[in-house]
Amino acid sequence: MIISVASGKGGTGKTLVAASLALSLKDTYKVQLLDCDVEEPNDHIFIKPDITRSEAVSIPVPAIDEKKCTHCGKCAEVCAYNAIAVVAEHVLTFPELCHGCGACSYLCPEKAISEIPNTIGKIETGEADGIIFGHGMLSIGQPMAPPIIRKVKTLIDKERTVIIDSSPGTSCPVVEAIKGSDFCLLVTEPTPFGLNDLILAVETVRQLGVPFGVVLNRIGVGDSKTEEYCAKENIPILLTIPLDTEIARLYSRGIPLVEGMPDWKSKFRELFDNIKEIVDEGSRSLKR
Amino acid sequence: MKEVVVLSGKGGTGKTSIIGSVAVLSRKRVLADCDVDAADLHLLLDPSIEEKHEFRSGQVAVIDKDKCTQCGLCQELCRFDAIKDYTVDPISCEGCGFCSHICPADAIVMEECKAGDWFVSSTKHGPLVHARLGIAEENSGKLVALVRQQAKEIAKKKELNYIISDGPPGIGCPVISSLSGASLALIVTEPTLSGIHDLERVLGVCKHFGVPAIVCINKYDLNEENTASIREYCQKNGVDVAAMIPFDNEVTEAMVRGMTVVEHSDGRVAKEIKSLWQKIEQKLQG
Repeated sequence: MIISVASGKGGTGKTLVAASLALSLKDTYKVQLLDCDVEEPNDHIFIKPDITRSEAVSIPVPAIDEKKCTHCGKCAEVCAYNAIAVVAEHVLTFPELCHGCGACSYLCPEKAISEIPNTIGKIETGEADGIIFGHGMLSIGQPMAPPIIRKVKTLIDKERTVIIDSSPGTSCPVVEAIKGSDFCLLVTEPTPFGLNDLILAVETVRQLGVPFGVVLNRIGVGDSKTEEYCAKENIPILLTIPLDTEIARLYSRGIPLVEGMPDWKSKFRELFDNIKEIVDEGSRSLKR
Repeated sequence: MKEVVVLSGKGGTGKTSIIGSVAVLSRKRVLADCDVDAADLHLLLDPSIEEKHEFRSGQVAVIDKDKCTQCGLCQELCRFDAIKDYTVDPISCEGCGFCSHICPADAIVMEECKAGDWFVSSTKHGPLVHARLGIAEENSGKLVALVRQQAKEIAKKKELNYIISDGPPGIGCPVISSLSGASLALIVTEPTLSGIHDLERVLGVCKHFGVPAIVCINKYDLNEENTASIREYCQKNGVDVAAMIPFDNEVTEAMVRGMTVVEHSDGRVAKEIKSLWQKIEQKLQG
């Protein structure tokens, strides 16, 4: 089973939930934790894995053989991203704009374009006390996160309970992280910002057709509007975490909640059981 | 005309709450919400929308079933696994158009997408340009560039001194688009190990694009040891720590009432943000 953790608004506790869930399940299940927030990955700070393998992630970008090139302009014409320009007798390429679709090299009538790898980040894998761990890291100055997220997701081991941590927001990196999940946990807080962004996140997971539920973090601040919204929309609130400076302090030191306060383990196991029930119920009703 | 953009790397460190207050404190400015996929600034500023425009960007492949001969070439060549059973999954499609160029039956056309909306609004704290990226859409960087461009034009037309932008979390495409060419980046961080890790990466992005940065440590008293490490890191790297804001529930209380902290109270948080804005203004003028 693949469970993704997403949020809309940043800083609501995705990493806290993903890391605590992984640590609470590792004694009972085979667990894999994949951090797909490749712009700002943080799960490793809490899980402290032994990283045993690192691999560069690159996308294939065009390299022009000027001897063969006739400057016909076909490559620039077919590139949807303006990553190639033909000016007079020169071809200019802009690797940071290239999505690596391969159209230019395939369609060049002179076969003057080959593809070379352009490194945009890396993935690292390892283990932490039984948890198989993987994350991606976008290089500084590189704009495109989705190819790295796709690479992290190639690590998915279907034999395991897979927990995927995503970046905040609702755009392409989030969609890339969540799609294909059996369940998505949306972590939010009971504030106007939290609710506004939860509604956007709900629209996103609904569009992807992934079943979902909510974790409400820092209850005690804010208002009751998020709970009212969930009730109205029939969205299950599967876990609530209070606003507690001790929890915040543990987080600030990189200590997972379930290690600093072991009582929370049973709550995260219960959360998992509830998710499992929802997912099983969903697949039963599909079979019917 | 000077432009300050607020970034953070890590999400939820308080960018929008701080920028909302800065909006109230500053004069002759236009506001730009560059967090186009989870915009929140409007919740504090009660805007009335004056202009609404469609944002059309990017394309998606559509296969004409009547023309398709099911040769499978498109599926074989698509690098994004977006075509299965001779049908395009619009969410996976990157809009590169490769398939439309190679289809021997000419059965694939590229259709332009509506990728969101953008707005020009008036608020009692000046004009606000904001946007809403369509759900699960791409091209957030282009929408951010559009929001900034519009804000710049308003600033020129109305002879405003400042563009104040609320940026997105992360370090990827929309962040680069919010940052490049700005006069100053204000990085809002928090004294957590995650916050520090992400701060280092976002400062790296500022350096990469040659934009000077200053740092504000929000909720600094949550972990004073980490606050000290942030200060040390910043000092070593020649980055000014311009403000240290204490943790206080008044930030959330203000948010719940739909107002900024400086309007809500005159407490410790408000005082520190006022001094932060003075420092930002000095930096922008100097």
